[in-house]
Amino acid sequence: MSDGAASPRDAVRDFHPRARAALHNPQIRHNFRKAMDGLMAKRKAAFHDWDLEALRTLGANIRRRALAQLPDLLVQLEQQLIANGIQVHWANDADEACHIVSNICLARHARKVIKGKSMVSEEMELNDYLEEHGIEALESDLGEYIVQLAEETPSHIIMPAIHKNTGEISELMHHKTGTERSNDVEYLTASARAQLREKFMQADVGISGVNFAVAETGTLCLVENEGNGRMTTTVPPCHIAVTGIEKVVPGLDDVTALLALLTRSATGQHITTYFNMISAPRQPNELDGPEEVHVVLVDNGRSTIYQDDELVDTLRCIRCGACMNHCPVYTRVGGHAYGTTYPGPIGKILMPHLLGLDETRHLPSASSLCGACGEVCPVRIPIPDLLVRLRQEAVDGDRLHPAQVRGHGSKRSGAEALAWRLWQWVHTRPALYRLATRLATRLRRLQPQKVGAWTDYRTAPRLARRSLHELIKDKRS
Amino acid sequence: MSAREQILQRLKHRRGHDLPVPECDFSVLDRGKASLADRLDQFEQTLESVHGEVHRVHRHDWLERLVEVLQTRQASNLLLPREHAIGRAVRESRQRGLPELLSYDRPIENWQRDLFTAVDASLTSTRGGIAETGSLILWPTADEPRLMSLVPPVHIAVLKASALYGTFLEAIHAQGWASGMPTNALLISGPSKTADIEQTLAYGVHGPKELIVLLIEDDQG
Repeated sequence: MSDGAASPRDAVRDFHPRARAALHNPQIRHNFRKAMDGLMAKRKAAFHDWDLEALRTLGANIRRRALAQLPDLLVQLEQQLIANGIQVHWANDADEACHIVSNICLARHARKVIKGKSMVSEEMELNDYLEEHGIEALESDLGEYIVQLAEETPSHIIMPAIHKNTGEISELMHHKTGTERSNDVEYLTASARAQLREKFMQADVGISGVNFAVAETGTLCLVENEGNGRMTTTVPPCHIAVTGIEKVVPGLDDVTALLALLTRSATGQHITTYFNMISAPRQPNELDGPEEVHVVLVDNGRSTIYQDDELVDTLRCIRCGACMNHCPVYTRVGGHAYGTTYPGPIGKILMPHLLGLDETRHLPSASSLCGACGEVCPVRIPIPDLLVRLRQEAVDGDRLHPAQVRGHGSKRSGAEALAWRLWQWVHTRPALYRLATRLATRLRRLQPQKVGAWTDYRTAPRLARRSLHELIKDKRS
Repeated sequence: MSAREQILQRLKHRRGHDLPVPECDFSVLDRGKASLADRLDQFEQTLESVHGEVHRVHRHDWLERLVEVLQTRQASNLLLPREHAIGRAVRESRQRGLPELLSYDRPIENWQRDLFTAVDASLTSTRGGIAETGSLILWPTADEPRLMSLVPPVHIAVLKASALYGTFLEAIHAQGWASGMPTNALLISGPSKTADIEQTLAYGVHGPKELIVLLIEDDQG
């Protein structure tokens, strides 16, 4: 393990101690349990009068079709954006993307950046990069603002500050901004509004993410409730949108279906307060809006995921967070235990590609494979199947399908591999198998009471007195 | 090779089999209410469920209701369009009790602080509404710029009943959006809100604290 302060990568490797710490923190347990229960109930209510299975099938097919046509759609999107007066940039990885954004800022002599919520920018660690280049980057989504004040990272992709309660936030705002201590959420929200309005007025550049990019019209769609996204993309003279290359869809019709799925899956809303569709910079006769709009198309590992017929499904994701809201593991350990930009089930299948399976080898195993994530996914990503696939990759466990993911085999242990070879050897030889089970049942008293971590919270499974073969034989005779 | 070419090369020459291009059946979205009366009810209920306010008015009395709404908020001024018929109607009316009338007639740079701190309410037209989600459709123009519906604490929008669609998909098709999008198109479905502090709803976090819709029932276009 590298030395020094906890870099994000250390945090990933430290999954186990972090998870254990979270499990023993009643505040974390309470905050997440309460929030996730509420979100699950709201989602269910929002879909109650829908043919949800048909809608999910439509969502899945729209995303599958868009991915099948991805290179063509990206070219079409670029053409449309340029025709609309929007500047398009491409980035192979996070560093290139940060470099592009910071160059746009420096060319404009921008010193102050205001940000709307963007998970891609979290993935890029853009704020740190900009600070290093003398550019102040302030988050304006209330949850992100709180997380930034606390010098933390989001613990949920939709509700970044879900791990904190009102008292903690009040204390934080008091220390960092001088707001009076109060448990009145309206008061705290109003204070943030006043402080952030000043920042919007002063900002040289606004940076946002993108929920959907429409190829046919060259339109960037942003989904939000607060209005900070609209402020970010309208008030400063320059707007930079950063987006993963997988966010493109062919047409506006596709957007209506994905929007219906996204907001209901995420927070149980029919729609968010604002659905903001941007297709051009300010026109000569218009009185507000940015004079310059840039789009940065970020690959950062996505084109590698795209190579594999099974793993490509990961790219369908529309970032609703329903998988984490319904995950029994996420609900108990919280978002920070994972130590990754994207926590929960989607993080477990996405982060190994972004960081390598060597760094993230514990993530695919941090699941009970209960299947809830796959059942609620609005675009039918087979998350449990992909978790199993990544577990195989982590131990190089499938000889017929050689592992693909960077850092594969990092979890492979000689002893485990030998044990499975032995298991296979015994199970493919009937006489030997019968002998082994007979021996095991007769020697059951020698079975240990403690079996490693398994018996920390469970009793050890007991071998039966007689094997199934023997019992059936008796019954037949 | 540029990053663009590298990325496109990797995507075009992927290793796996050809990815399937499935058919997309949109009929599941076809849930629009048949009658206008049903659509009006659905719009009103849905928008009010998220803290929006809907007033059903008529061509002859909407100005009176506007004044009432402004007076209960003690608005000392109102930002409204210069060219649009609703703006002209307010300016030319002899309605008593109207507050000071303001125009968005300069680029934002020339009056940003005033807009952010001194405007109490704004009035905008809409391009239509969506019953299913209780949404207003706005396409901001030079006459009704983008920040008009965002910065003042009270946003009042005029919606004609004849422009109320069942679903978003229906509206996009009926209005031919695919043939040309404006600089900015918006769906607005309630006042600005957040639940980022312990899932407790709070309104007006960045945008308007109140969204009030004057729904003109007898306007046939």
